[in-house]
Amino acid sequence: MVDNPIETNSPGSGTRIDPGIVRCLPDQTRPTSRLLEHKLTSDELLHLYQRMVEIRRFDELAMSLQRQGQLGVWASCLGQEAAQIGSAYALADQDWVFPSYRETAVGLMRGITPGDLLHQYRGTWLGGYDPYKHRFAMNSIPIATHALHATGLAMAAKRAGDNLVSVAYIGDGATSEGDAHEAMNFAAVFAAPVVFFVQNNHWAISVPLSAQTASPTLADRAPALGFRGMMVDGNDVAAVHRVMSDALEHARGGHGPVLVEAITYRIESHTTADDHTRYRTAAEVEEWRERDPIARLEHHLDSLGMLTDDIRRSTREAADAKASAARIEILQLSAGDPTELFQHVYHGERPLLQEQREMLRAELRAWEEM
Amino acid sequence: MSGFSMVEALNRALADELAEDDKVLVFGQDVAALGGVFRVTEGLHDRFGDRVFDTPLAESAIVGTAIGMAMYGYRPVVEMQFDGFSYPAFEQIVSHVAKMRNRSRGHISLPMVIRIPFGGGIGSVEHHSESPETYFAHTAGLTVVSPAAADDAYSLLRSSIRSDDPVVFLEPKSRYWHRHEGTLPVTTLNIGVAQVRRPGTTATLIGYGPTVEVCLAAAVAGSDEGWDLEVIDLRSLSPLDTSTLISSVEKTGRAIVVHEAGSFLGMGAEIASQLTEKAFYSLQAPVLRVTGFDIPYPSAQLEAYHLPGVDRVLDAVARSLSY
Ligand SMILES: Cc1ncc(C[n+]2csc(CCOP(=O)(O)OP(=O)(O)O)c2C)c(N)n1
Ligand SMILES: [Mg+2]
Repeated sequence: MVDNPIETNSPGSGTRIDPGIVRCLPDQTRPTSRLLEHKLTSDELLHLYQRMVEIRRFDELAMSLQRQGQLGVWASCLGQEAAQIGSAYALADQDWVFPSYRETAVGLMRGITPGDLLHQYRGTWLGGYDPYKHRFAMNSIPIATHALHATGLAMAAKRAGDNLVSVAYIGDGATSEGDAHEAMNFAAVFAAPVVFFVQNNHWAISVPLSAQTASPTLADRAPALGFRGMMVDGNDVAAVHRVMSDALEHARGGHGPVLVEAITYRIESHTTADDHTRYRTAAEVEEWRERDPIARLEHHLDSLGMLTDDIRRSTREAADAKASAARIEILQLSAGDPTELFQHVYHGERPLLQEQREMLRAELRAWEEM
Repeated sequence: MSGFSMVEALNRALADELAEDDKVLVFGQDVAALGGVFRVTEGLHDRFGDRVFDTPLAESAIVGTAIGMAMYGYRPVVEMQFDGFSYPAFEQIVSHVAKMRNRSRGHISLPMVIRIPFGGGIGSVEHHSESPETYFAHTAGLTVVSPAAADDAYSLLRSSIRSDDPVVFLEPKSRYWHRHEGTLPVTTLNIGVAQVRRPGTTATLIGYGPTVEVCLAAAVAGSDEGWDLEVIDLRSLSPLDTSTLISSVEKTGRAIVVHEAGSFLGMGAEIASQLTEKAFYSLQAPVLRVTGFDIPYPSAQLEAYHLPGVDRVLDAVARSLSY
C-alpha cells in the first residue's frame, strides 16, 4: 500500500497530514503498523548509510576534541543523523539551508569542510565558509530568528522567478519563539517556498517537549496557519528523505510552505557545557539509543543482504580516515591576524575603527619586541 | 571552601526573598530542574515549588507575562539566559517595562527584576558575551545595576527585588565563580550609590561589573610606578552616582572609565560628559576611556585582544598624567 501523503490534500487546504507519523524502514524496537514506500535505490541507501557512519564518527571526534580543550564547546547531533542526512539528501543544489547550531550533518552534506564549519566552536572566527557557495546560511544561535531569514529568502526567490526552496532547520524548543510563528505565518501568507524542518528531539536544554507546548504535535501548528504539516519518524532516514522530498516538491510547485516535524532524540547533553543527568533519566536515553537511526538502517540493509562484512569494514575505515583528516584540518585552524577584527564590520573604513586598529597594531608590535 | 561565590550569593538572595515575600516568583528558561545554566537558581524549585518555574522558550513572553504578573501584585524575577538572548524581549522592556509608570500617570508600578548574565571573557560562542547596558541605561524608566563582587551581588539583588521600579540586573559572568570571604546575609550600599573600592590620589579608575577587578589589578600594578590610583565601582548605571564621581575627581583631577562595551555612546561617554560639565575646573586631563573595540564581540581566541586589560588601563593612566 503506497499513499502519497502530500497528494491526498489539495494545495493550501492546511490540514495536517495523516497517516500520522510516516515510517518506511521497519523499527526493530516496536511493531510498526504501516510502512510507506521510500524513494531511494539500494545504492542510495548504502550511500546514506556510509554518510551516517562517517558523520557520527565526526561527531565523536568533535566531542573528543572538546574534551581535549581543542574546541570551546560542542553541540552534538548524535542520534539525529537520519533526520539531518535524510533531509539534506533530498535537497536540490539550488535550495538554501538556514541552520541552527546543531546542523553539523547538514553542513557536511552541503560540502562544507569540517574546518570551515567549526571555526565558531574552535573560537577562531565566527564563520568561515562562503554561505553563497554552499547555500548554507550562517548558523544562528539566537533561537528561531533564522526562520524569518529563510522565509524572506524564499519570498525573494519567488519574486525573482527562481526555482528554489528555502529550508529552516529549527528545534522543538524553537517553535515557542514568536519569530518561529511569524516566519511560518509570513511563509503561508506569501505562499513562499519554505520548508520548516523541525527536529523534535524532545528536549530544549532541560525543558521537555511537554513543558514547551500543550499541543499533541508540533506539526499541528501548520494547519492553524493555513499550510501543510507532516510528521515523520526522524530516526528513519528513508522516511525522512521521502517526506522531505514531498515537502520540497510541494513548496517548489508553488503551493506554499510545509512544516515537517521529524521525531528524534538528542542522545548527548545539550552541549558539552550541559549535564543531562540533572534533568532526564538514563532509562529514557537508553530507550532512544535502542532506536538508533544507524542501527535501524543497518538492520534493513542486512535484511536485504546488502551489508557484507566487507562493506561494514570499509565504511568504518573510510569514516576513520575522514575523521583523521578532519582532525588535522580543525587543529590547523587559526584566528589569523587579530587586526582583521576591524575588517568586515562595515563595507568601508571608519575613522574610529582605524584608530582602534592602529592602537592594537602598536600593542602587538610592543609585545613582539618584549 | 570558605566564603561564597557570586553564583551562590545570587542564589541565596533569591532564596531569602522567596522565603520572606510570597509574592516573589522566579521564572525563565531552564531555571527549575536544571537550576539555570549558571546554577543561580539551583535548588529553588525543590524548595519553593511552583513559585520557581520553567517557561517555554520565548523571552518576549517571559518579560511580557512578568509585566502582567507585576500589575497583579507579584514581584517576578525573570532570567534571560544570556545577554544576547535578552534582545527578543527588547520590545517588552523598552515599550512597556520602562514606560508603564509614566503612561499610567503613576497608577501602575512594575516591581520586577530582569536578570541578565552579561559581558565576555569566558571563551564562549557568539551572542553569549554581549554588553547591552547602554541600551537599557539609555531608556528612561529603567533602573540598571551591576554588581562586581559576590557580597554586593547578594545585597543588590535583594534591593532590586524590593524596588518598586523595574530593575535590569546585569550579572558579570566572568565574576560568577570568584569567591568572597565572609558570610551571608550581608547588607551593602543602596541602589544608586557608587562605591570607592580603593582610595587613591593620582587618578580615578571607574568600572562596573567585570571591569572593577581590572581596575583594582591596574591599581596594584600602578603602585609599582608610584601611582596611587582610586577605584570606583559604579554598581548602579542608572541612576548614576555622579556626586561620588565628582568628589573623586576633585581629589585626583583625572578619570579613566573602563568597560567591555564599545566606546561609542557607552557609559564612558556619559561619565566623561557629566564630569566635563560638572567638574571642569577640577580636571587636569580629559576623561579617558578604556573599552572594548567598536566591533561585534569576537570569537573566543580573539577576545583577549578586545577586552580592556590592565596594560591598557595603565597606558591610559600614563596618557592622562602626560597632560
Ligand atoms: C533567543 C534564544 N534564547 C535562548 C537561547 C539559549 N538556548 C540555546 S539552545 C536552547 C534550547 C533550544 O532547544 P531546541 O529548539 O529544541 O533545539 P535543540 O537544542 O534541541 O536542537 C536555548 C534555550 C538561545 N540560544 N537563543
Ligand atoms: Mg530540541
